[in-house]
Amino acid sequence: MSTTLNLKLKVWRQESANDVGAFEYYDVAVADDASFLEMLDYVNEGLILDDREPIAFDHDCREGICGSCSLMIDGQAHGPQKGTATCQLFMRKFSDGDEIVVEPWRAAGFPLVKDLAVNRAAFDRIIEAGGYISVNTGAAPDANITLVPKEAADAAMDAAACIGCGACVAACPNSAGNLFTAAKLQHLNLLPQGQPERLARTEAMVDKMEEFFGSCTNHGECQEACPKEISVDFIAMMNRDYLKAKLANRKRSGQKKFG
Amino acid sequence: MTQATESRPGADAPEVNGPPKQSRFWIVEFYSSAIGKKWVMALTGIGLMGFVLVHMVGNLKMFLGRTEFDHYAESLRTLLYPIFPHGVVLWIFRIGLIVMFGLHISSAYTLTRMNNRARPIKYQSPRDYVAVTFASRTMRWTGIIIGLYLIFHLADLTWGFANPDYVRGAAYDNLVASFERWPIAIIYILANIALGIHLFHGGWSIFQSTGMNNPRYNSARRGFAAGFAILVAGINCLFPIAVLAGVVH
Repeated sequence: MSTTLNLKLKVWRQESANDVGAFEYYDVAVADDASFLEMLDYVNEGLILDDREPIAFDHDCREGICGSCSLMIDGQAHGPQKGTATCQLFMRKFSDGDEIVVEPWRAAGFPLVKDLAVNRAAFDRIIEAGGYISVNTGAAPDANITLVPKEAADAAMDAAACIGCGACVAACPNSAGNLFTAAKLQHLNLLPQGQPERLARTEAMVDKMEEFFGSCTNHGECQEACPKEISVDFIAMMNRDYLKAKLANRKRSGQKKFG
Repeated sequence: MTQATESRPGADAPEVNGPPKQSRFWIVEFYSSAIGKKWVMALTGIGLMGFVLVHMVGNLKMFLGRTEFDHYAESLRTLLYPIFPHGVVLWIFRIGLIVMFGLHISSAYTLTRMNNRARPIKYQSPRDYVAVTFASRTMRWTGIIIGLYLIFHLADLTWGFANPDYVRGAAYDNLVASFERWPIAIIYILANIALGIHLFHGGWSIFQSTGMNNPRYNSARRGFAAGFAILVAGINCLFPIAVLAGVVH
């Protein structure tokens, strides 16, 4: 049996990036087995019936794998539950009578679109800079022709769990994008298939990241906020690879005259 | 993750920090990046940690009495003498320290500016931090305190104008005269507590910034930082306390 919770919501409303935003209050009665996004759906249905503008928020798969949902809930990215995205946060985490504060991600790299929705195109630009491997087309290679150590496969898989939601940037006191970039680098850099472009990729993706975000001061908030619990160890690996990349300076040696 | 492969005006990623700097020299490019600056902060941090450690060990001589302490102070000027002339090696060390302090502070300043730019609109509701420590959140303030204290410390015991009883060359007497004034002793103790807090986060941060990351020793990194901070700051705090208590006089 589910119980009903009576909650007071304090939600950031803002018409567009250029408008002035403010918190608005909503009362909602919701079953404790509803997810956080379903709770927002109930609120929106009520708003639509009242002929008012529904709250805009990002969501898609609602099963924790797409990285679309966001929300700063009670001062924590993706809310108070560790290792889950907002869509996997259920109302039973809250108590009857709670006031819940909901804010959008705040970072210069994530400009606000409307209400709780932000533009995360900066992450796409980082991936475009090098988050891939170049493979010649042709017949599929034999299975197991490239041997991968179990440890490397496990570590790469841990990094590849990143869904690109932006919680690391949102939780970081400096709005740094290092955990996202490190995860997207290391899931390739740890594998044999990622080696040929390893240094060029590291340099390109880090340089692109620094166009949008702040710098890492090793607080560790990102790994606590990450719905996939990606470790800051990957940031250390990225820092090491970045020095190697600049030392090797592959772009120029023997290929291109500078200036 | 959401995919915005098309770059439409108004829907693309914003301009925040501008494009990366291009240079003929890899070291200039490296230093102009934020990760490069964190490397520089870590490496200069290691150098400065070496300095505070040796400085603390040298000061322990005050427990051996005036002759030993003054002899130690003078020996700093005759390091590697007669290969190098009197005082030259000490000046090489001083220039090295000034350069390290300069790079450390200049990197910190530039990165702080960058971080402020990265979140122009703050969160409008209180944050509920999970992982940050008091030390990690106050690095720039403890850093500023240490910088100001350093200037005072030099004025007190090297240049001497902040110390009415200063006599050039009488290192032990200057130190005792200074620490016997309790307001000065308290300044020293508070500044060293700030140093300890700074070292607690800095000592662990070095490993992350330089990519020293290995399951074999990862669990020891926080312990190293805490141990180093307590060792250096703790013993440094003992010196003024020892003078005030009359153990050193």
